[in-house]
Amino acid sequence: MASALQILAPDGSVVGEPPGLSDEELRGLFVHMLQIRCMDGRMLKLQRAGRIGFVGTATGLEATLVGAAAPLRREDWLWSGLREGGAAVMRGLPLAEYVAQMYCNANDTAKGRQMCNHFQHKGTNYPSWSSVIGTQITHGVGAAFASMRRGEDTVHAIHFGDGATSSNGFHSGLNFAGVWKVPAVFVCTDNGWAISVASSAQTAASSFAAKAPAYGFPGIEVDGNDVLACQSAMSDAIERARRGEGPTMVVLKTYRMLGHSSSDDPTKYRADEEVEAWAKRDPIARYERFLTDRGVISKGERADLEAQLLVEIDAVIHEQEAAPPMALKTLVEDVYAEVPYHLRREYNDFIAVAEKLGHAQPGDGAFPL
Amino acid sequence: MANLTLIQAVNDGLRTVMKADDSVVVFGEDVGPKGGVFLATEGLTADFGESRCFDTPLSEDGIIGTAVGMAMNGLRPVAEIQFQDFIFPAFDQIVSEAAKLRYRSGGQYTAPMVIRTPYGGGIRGGLYHSQSGEAYFAHTAGLKVVIPSTPHDAKGLLIASIQDPDPVLFMEPKALYRSVKGEVPEGEYTVDLSTLRTVREGGDVTIYCYGAMVPVVERAAAQAAEQRGIDCLVVDLRTLMPLDEEGVLEAAKQTGRVVVVHEAPRFCGYGAEISALIAEHCIEYMEAPVRRVTGFDTPFPNTLEHHYLPDDRRVLDAIESVYDF
Ligand SMILES: Cc1ncc(C[n+]2csc(CCOP(=O)(O)OP(=O)(O)O)c2C)c(N)n1
Ligand SMILES: [Mg+2]
Repeated sequence: MASALQILAPDGSVVGEPPGLSDEELRGLFVHMLQIRCMDGRMLKLQRAGRIGFVGTATGLEATLVGAAAPLRREDWLWSGLREGGAAVMRGLPLAEYVAQMYCNANDTAKGRQMCNHFQHKGTNYPSWSSVIGTQITHGVGAAFASMRRGEDTVHAIHFGDGATSSNGFHSGLNFAGVWKVPAVFVCTDNGWAISVASSAQTAASSFAAKAPAYGFPGIEVDGNDVLACQSAMSDAIERARRGEGPTMVVLKTYRMLGHSSSDDPTKYRADEEVEAWAKRDPIARYERFLTDRGVISKGERADLEAQLLVEIDAVIHEQEAAPPMALKTLVEDVYAEVPYHLRREYNDFIAVAEKLGHAQPGDGAFPL
Repeated sequence: MANLTLIQAVNDGLRTVMKADDSVVVFGEDVGPKGGVFLATEGLTADFGESRCFDTPLSEDGIIGTAVGMAMNGLRPVAEIQFQDFIFPAFDQIVSEAAKLRYRSGGQYTAPMVIRTPYGGGIRGGLYHSQSGEAYFAHTAGLKVVIPSTPHDAKGLLIASIQDPDPVLFMEPKALYRSVKGEVPEGEYTVDLSTLRTVREGGDVTIYCYGAMVPVVERAAAQAAEQRGIDCLVVDLRTLMPLDEEGVLEAAKQTGRVVVVHEAPRFCGYGAEISALIAEHCIEYMEAPVRRVTGFDTPFPNTLEHHYLPDDRRVLDAIESVYDF
């Protein structure tokens, strides 16, 4: 990965130009990275205990999420895929909403309609992805066009994976973005795998970043396990977009340390040695060494921080375990702005049977027809 | 004979044709070393080599478009779409290209290919891992649509689909992948693409269903017999296009009382076609209005999926209502 931008070497030593962040800001990045690791651990535990259905972790990808989202302003947009939930929390998604989404319960702002790992947060311009790989790429480009048309200086960070570079949305999105010169940054998190397909099998191009110039804008490769490199490259690309100079593609090269999701067994298709080699490049350990050397955190402080984070996460989990049952009317609401006649009738037929069986709660009753 | 799950029967079917016909190639996302996310293609790369079973880049449009070209030039592609919900990026290639090729070329070019895809709910997969989109495809002239509900039929229909001269969408009920088991003959056999299967004989109420709804309907029919002495004739359609029209009408005439069950939404769903056929061709035999038991006309939910999916209680309610009419 000689060509990829790097500021911290895997041993934590400084090999590039660190961004001009205060100690407090540097420390903040670290806490957010730890929070992502802690949340993944807890969510996996809940999944194994059968409390939630599915987890797609960001373990090993913490630097990409935190570094890429750090330079965004609150009004900038982050277009997400499966693994960006931690960045949403960092930008302001309340932890309770994060956990409620994982439970898909009545407190979930999407009313339990999406499967786990589909976070949204309107307050910081973070729509959820659908599940259909690559479709958010063109959405981000269209929304960036809208921001540009209104003369705002809002920037759109459009995240997707190595696998998504093969989708139709990738081509259309980058093509339109180049032609329209929209204020967008394409953030390709190359984590080595698209489920069981290696990123080297997605393209015969020399790199994903090499595709950007063909669309008329720059692409750069960044060591995705180096949070400062991610922050610095994204900061440049975001400011370039904000100045009206057009899009950039930033490829964050990293590694998905765990399975694709809690339903996947990665030992079937990849070698242990590969995983072990990447474990030595762990983004949190690397950054911890840098911060310790600089005196931003003290030796052993990580454990205290993690303990605090877990207390906070566990309290939220406890709260969400007690969520009320989902209102049955949510079955037919939000399909259209108003619940149309045919859906009210379908619901009423259904609730008549549910009431007979004692499955309905107060408030679940029929719609007026 | 071997006792196999539905997904093992699919795997067995693929192996059987791959052994017999070197032009059969299996490809899609994660179908290679991983063996597919549901393991339908497990072991095929190891046993037949990478040139026969292989992973593709993440593009359904690419998968189906290249399958059309392969089929036009002498291969027998069996392409997998990982979830039916992700077939829509390939909708154009299926609807505009594969399905219309024979017609637009006056029969000079054809696309004998199979698209295998798991469909349906019951795994808490939310909007995009649960849909039943058969109606979009059954509506498309030039395409065949097949949905098995037993291991025996899964293998026999799959082999027939691969050998068929036209493009076939082979929809696999993922909820039944490991929940049903049955005797599956060894070696090659086919189940005709256009014959329904009578699951249960009965003279009181006819119920049409397919895929994952078949066991649900069987349970409801057993309860109807037990609790009310109502004898249901249960029909598994198996092939939605071409449909065994004669068999469908015959079954309706036998009882004069009809229920149609599918998990897909109701509006313009497959049940509407069955109802219309009966209204057009044998209304004079009908003793009660046709009842449909279906998913809601909404996107597929997640947390409330057990309320969305037709269950035996809702089917029983419909059986009783047409019987008591
Ligand atoms: C259109 C579409 N096809 C297939 C899938 C199934 N699927 C879910 S995630 C995934 C791999 C995605 O890989 P990548 O883009 O690298 O993202 P990562 O999971 O590595 O973050 C696949 C094939 C899907 N969700 N959407
Ligand atoms: Mg990936």
